[in-house]
Amino acid sequence: MHENSVIRHAGITLRALPGMARFALRCAPADAPRASQALGLDLPLAALTASAGAGRAALWLGPDEWLILAEDGAAETLPPAMEDAFAATPFSLVEVSGRQLAYGLSGPGAEEVLAEGCPLDLSDAAFGPGTCTRTLFGKVEMVLWRPGPEPAWHIEVWRSFAPHLHAHLREALLDL
Amino acid sequence: MLLIRCPHCGDRPEVEFRHGGEAHLARPPEPAALSDAEWAAYLHQRRNPRGPHAERWRHIHGCGRFFNAVRDTLTDRFLATYPTGAARPDGTQQGDPA
Ligand SMILES: [Zn+2]
Repeated sequence: MHENSVIRHAGITLRALPGMARFALRCAPADAPRASQALGLDLPLAALTASAGAGRAALWLGPDEWLILAEDGAAETLPPAMEDAFAATPFSLVEVSGRQLAYGLSGPGAEEVLAEGCPLDLSDAAFGPGTCTRTLFGKVEMVLWRPGPEPAWHIEVWRSFAPHLHAHLREALLDL
Repeated sequence: MLLIRCPHCGDRPEVEFRHGGEAHLARPPEPAALSDAEWAAYLHQRRNPRGPHAERWRHIHGCGRFFNAVRDTLTDRFLATYPTGAARPDGTQQGDPA
């Protein structure tokens, strides 16, 4: 089953990442400090950037849209914390933990596997540490995040597209 | 691959975008006051110029936002992109009616 598989080839590893809590957050950028307070993490306001720490990450997806990734316990604690922080200020927090899953792709040259289906420039200069974006792999939409300076990529994909994406990534990796 | 400059994300590949029709169409404030012909014109009649054309585009596989662009329909060259709500940039006059 692809969700449990680990594939190693040419010094690059493709693996399914453990389950986690996920939320789609929408709010006005001006109200970002409220979300930051509830998250315990600065909500990134710069386009295409993510912030991470203490088992949580916030990925900028649009000017008023973020993807929150967190260790499982957050599924229970984050919604009430956001409600407290926002009070009467409008916001939307939708739990999407089961909607998507994640793959990790790591190792020197891992971006060449992504280049098989992703049209973005993934060089250090264009897609440095801390960069994230929604984009495409072939015809499958994914969220791509590079958490740090090492060649390691976090890939979020909606569950029904995951077998196709995984098969495509696997083929690309084994073709190297 | 053609790159399109999203006002939020910068230069991005064209496959991440969807065309959204003619830009700067204002919904009539009082539709009930219009004749059938005027309402039909608002709903259905669009310019189809040969040359620069102001269009809505959506960065659907990126930030998800709509924005406006002036694109030359003859060459497919994007002359400008700008946020929804902003005025059409100077120097991007509409092309001739086809
Ligand atoms: Zn964008």
